[in-house]
Amino acid sequence: MPVNEKNGLKAWQRRDRNSQLLIWAIQFAAVAIFVYCWQLISDKTIWMFVTDAPRQAADMASRMIPPKWDYLSTLWMPVWDTITIATLGTLMAIVMAFPIAFLAARNTTPSKTFIRPIALFIIVSSRSINSLLWALMLVMVIGPGVFAGVLAIGFRSIGFCAKLLYEAIEEIDETQVEAVTATGANGPQILNYGIVPQILPAFAGISVFRWDINIRESTVLGLVGAGGIGLQLNASINTVTWTQVSVILLVILGTVIVSEWVSAKVRHAII
Amino acid sequence: MLRLDTLVKQYKTGDLALKGIDLEVPDGQVMALIGPSGAGKSTLIRCVNRLVEPTSGKVSLNDMELTTLSQGRLRKVRRRIGMIFQEYALVERLTVMENVLTGRLGYVSFWRSYFRKFPQSDIDEAFRLLARVGLDHMADKRADELSGGQRQRVGICRALIQDPELLLVDEPTASLDPKTSRQIMRLIRELCAERKLSAIINIHDVLLAQMFAERIVGLQLGEIVYDGPPDGLTPDVLTQIYGEEDWEATIEKVDDEDEVEDELIGVEPALGSG
Repeated sequence: MPVNEKNGLKAWQRRDRNSQLLIWAIQFAAVAIFVYCWQLISDKTIWMFVTDAPRQAADMASRMIPPKWDYLSTLWMPVWDTITIATLGTLMAIVMAFPIAFLAARNTTPSKTFIRPIALFIIVSSRSINSLLWALMLVMVIGPGVFAGVLAIGFRSIGFCAKLLYEAIEEIDETQVEAVTATGANGPQILNYGIVPQILPAFAGISVFRWDINIRESTVLGLVGAGGIGLQLNASINTVTWTQVSVILLVILGTVIVSEWVSAKVRHAII
Repeated sequence: MLRLDTLVKQYKTGDLALKGIDLEVPDGQVMALIGPSGAGKSTLIRCVNRLVEPTSGKVSLNDMELTTLSQGRLRKVRRRIGMIFQEYALVERLTVMENVLTGRLGYVSFWRSYFRKFPQSDIDEAFRLLARVGLDHMADKRADELSGGQRQRVGICRALIQDPELLLVDEPTASLDPKTSRQIMRLIRELCAERKLSAIINIHDVLLAQMFAERIVGLQLGEIVYDGPPDGLTPDVLTQIYGEEDWEATIEKVDDEDEVEDELIGVEPALGSG
């Protein structure tokens, strides 16, 4: 009991003695585990390489400078591909995520025992595989190129969008739905008038947010042959032309900054 | 005429919200349902249009039994039962016009409603109702831009455009200030008289109930403990409904009606058009 009486005065503590001791024990154990792990990792590290790291990094940086600016002219097409992959992939994802979210949300699913688990399984499996892995598999199935990239981004994003969207659906104000139901509206009308207006801001926000993430993710898809600027990155690394690598990294940085700016603007406009 | 026969509602949690309610509401009667929180007022009116499924007992509207209707038939009946809510329950991100036209959803097909292609007669009626409550200039505003009293008037339009024969009103004034509360109650009362509607009004403000209803039903723990005229609410009766309290101040004389008459919102010009 946090409250106990002493000499007629009521003393109050945040926790009683046992739970306080338990908390100290847990904190002690956490510190002990950390120290133990630190030692384990330290034993398996070759410290010679680590102490050498600053010199190696400086060496790589020196080989990247100056960036080979005239390489830029061959990069515009791959940058365009990258943006296309991200945009079409996001579009595909939100089109498919929209119905799945309604099937997965507790308050709109047609069947909690059959359909909801299936929808949740689609969401989980889409989310558990990284887009680079999706791209790796899709390149093997449908061959290298932009299309594989679009599908990879799309498949990875379905789960993300559907999960956030179904959480938004579960948080809607039920009395607004009740009011539309009470007028004698049928199921699709209730969806259209009572539910969709409530989740529209969330839907727009999620889509733009995912597009922003996808721009970043699609820059590396080329590493496994799925199109975009990653192809050039891979080629430049393989041929050890570090001056080109630095140009590509700068271009990616620029693209991401622009996409972040655009998505911030769009989100602001919607909400 | 609405009739409830030994209506029982038991929630999944085991709470017995209604313990066999028998009630008759004749056509054109405005009835106030009073009682403390948790007495089962909201459950009762939601059992009428089956937003809450009754556990047992019967609900019948004009001798049609509602409790056994299929979903499709139920939707048809719901069109004739208007409902007004405590927190207005407007769809916040739709416009005032869309919210009012929501009341017509039961009469139009999905695609017409999806593309917002309502029949011109519905749109005329919507404008007429909005003018009646003094909001015709607000048709294009989004519902969340309106004040509480304005929102409740849009809620009233949404219920009336259904062309109902019965109004279910759930705490219409609970989120409004005293003056707006009176205006809203008077509006509901007038509209019921104009259209010969019967209404069940859940309300916890005893004074307002006395002022605007012709019949009072007191509900306590799922049972009717009072059913009679407004002036029959004596301190004893109120104690029976709500529990021990000094009730003398609550039962102020109700005949200072004309004092509130001139507060009437800017609706006079449109009075005749309802």
